[in-house]
Amino acid sequence: MTAARTLFDKIWDAHVITSREGGESLVYVDRNLVHEGPFYAFDALSSEGRSVHRPRQTLAFSDHYVPTAGRDRGSAGIADPEARVMVEQLARNARATGIVHYGMDHPAQGIMHVVGPELGLCQPGMIVSGADSHTSTHGAFGIFGFGVGASQVKHILATQTVWVSKPRRMRVTVAGTPGPLVSAKDIILAVIAEIGIEGGNGHVIEYAGTAIEALSMEGRMTVCNMSIEAGARSGLIAPDRKTWDYLAACPHAPKGADWDAALAFWRTLPGDAGARFDRDVQIDGARIEPMVTWGTNQDEAVGIGGVVPDPRAFADAARRERAARALEYMDLAPGTALRDVAIDRVFIGSCTNARLEDLRIAASLAQGRRARVPTLVVPGSRTVKRAAEAEGLHEVFLAAGFEWRDAGCSMCTGSNGDRVPAGERCASTSNRNFEGRQGRGSRTHLVSPAAAVAAAVTGRLADPRALA
Amino acid sequence: MSTGMQAFTPLDAVAAPLFEPNIDTDKLIPHKFLRKPLAAGYRNFLFHDQRFAEDGSVRPDFVLNRAPFDRARVLVAGRNFGCGSTREGAIYALQDFGIRCVVAPSFGDIFYANCLQNGLLPVVLGEATVAALAAHLEAHPGAHVAVDLAAQTLALPQGGTVRFDIDAVRKEQLLKGLDDIGMTQQHAQAIARFETAYRARHPWLFRDLPGLPRHAPRAGEGS
Repeated sequence: MTAARTLFDKIWDAHVITSREGGESLVYVDRNLVHEGPFYAFDALSSEGRSVHRPRQTLAFSDHYVPTAGRDRGSAGIADPEARVMVEQLARNARATGIVHYGMDHPAQGIMHVVGPELGLCQPGMIVSGADSHTSTHGAFGIFGFGVGASQVKHILATQTVWVSKPRRMRVTVAGTPGPLVSAKDIILAVIAEIGIEGGNGHVIEYAGTAIEALSMEGRMTVCNMSIEAGARSGLIAPDRKTWDYLAACPHAPKGADWDAALAFWRTLPGDAGARFDRDVQIDGARIEPMVTWGTNQDEAVGIGGVVPDPRAFADAARRERAARALEYMDLAPGTALRDVAIDRVFIGSCTNARLEDLRIAASLAQGRRARVPTLVVPGSRTVKRAAEAEGLHEVFLAAGFEWRDAGCSMCTGSNGDRVPAGERCASTSNRNFEGRQGRGSRTHLVSPAAAVAAAVTGRLADPRALA
Repeated sequence: MSTGMQAFTPLDAVAAPLFEPNIDTDKLIPHKFLRKPLAAGYRNFLFHDQRFAEDGSVRPDFVLNRAPFDRARVLVAGRNFGCGSTREGAIYALQDFGIRCVVAPSFGDIFYANCLQNGLLPVVLGEATVAALAAHLEAHPGAHVAVDLAAQTLALPQGGTVRFDIDAVRKEQLLKGLDDIGMTQQHAQAIARFETAYRARHPWLFRDLPGLPRHAPRAGEGS
């Protein structure tokens, strides 16, 4: 009799080719996702005279360096010469190696972690590697998705495999029902605040519980996306009827008899009763408030009704020091009510929160209101953009004075030039509030799309529930 | 410089203390430099926003700008070093500056893996040991740390030797400068067998993959 296995164990076991002394295993990669960043991998592959083993299992996306405005002239119209080189170089590398490329004028273009799922190319039970730490997003479908650096990208391109140590298994159960306008973003910020930004190191986190089951696929992607912000290799959620329903509508999902075979397989993936985890964490979903970060790491977050903590209140000396430094960078005084913090701009976008559901919530709260600070809305993909426009969401944003841009990573990292100026404070739906993340000297407060709109229309950090 | 595996040879060099927790990859190298060719000298981008003021002038107070730490080959850092993104530019920047070994109580998982891919040695030691080492380096600028990977030991400047753990295969690769592809190719037959069986078991995964609609439309495919 075989031992009860978790979802992760089942995915892992199905992909191990060989294991070696020391503990690493060579695993098979079903899909590999790249963006403009790992050009070093293509350069090295070419200089070593290697070819891509399975080009059709790699997908290339122009997302980090594409402009979000003035795209009618294609890459030739990119004003920043270095950004243009990045975009054109990926197109060239993809063409040379036979990899499909979702370039900036492709109708499905967008952020890799938005487009991969939209296409239905990433399916339950897979191993998906990506040249980006947020490849954990794909875990929402019951996929072991993880980020790798350029050298491992090269290895995967050359062999369709990668050496990894089997991570430990953590289960985070979010029970109960979160209140209205408490979103997936608030759940994951609450989880990270609980376990800490290295709480997930060496682990894959499987999310469970009624609050997770109740989330849409979009919400589940938001949760899994930020697993890396707790240090975890990946997040995972057991696939269920919502997963099948989402995939059934995707262009590259299996069809006909293939669909039946795939579905039968997918149903075997959820963990067995009694499967063991190395660590179990319980969170009461009913107590989660709309969250906002006050510091420069993602575990420095509190409910929007709270105050900036006093670093002296932390029991741990290292934590005290870190909080003090964060407050200095963020220019915040202990005891300040978060709702009294004035902001300079708002960014609604990124692989965390730029899907149709995010834009619907944002539009529902922006309806009939006006932005008091510059507000940028950047859809996660051109598919999302078309769907939002079909529903008239863009008209709501434009009437509110928000900017409505084209798809890409944009102000999450500012690599395409969409940056937060030094000293400015940005309420952002992205995933990292690190020093300088959105531009040198930028100050980031991570929030949900609803809270981002509340900030946009009040000019300060605000509780979205007050708008409803 | 070029990317890729470099052999780790014994080291006895100046170590610099940067004992802060959670030094993320955005700090190690801000995103705006990841578009630069390697020939641009990634050492110039290492800790850029801390090492250089807005006007480009050098900030003399930052540890790696201060002699003798400006010629450090070992960096002694706080917990969770290299958390954040997959950017291998963080490794290239450290190596191009001359850093060959980072000592910390823990590392971000992806950063740790990226170190091993490039021959930058990540050494995990207990928090108290790292704190004491960092304090000693601060008090005795220029003190050396000697790293012997074969013996898995670090000779501390305040006296004494500590042992560190490392995956046995990774250690061999570091000592010999062997990259993963060479190791993997020894399993070429196993990979081929696996692929055949895997494809037979999950045939739907390999049908309807997008071909090359952008660059080489299939016959009959509309635009």
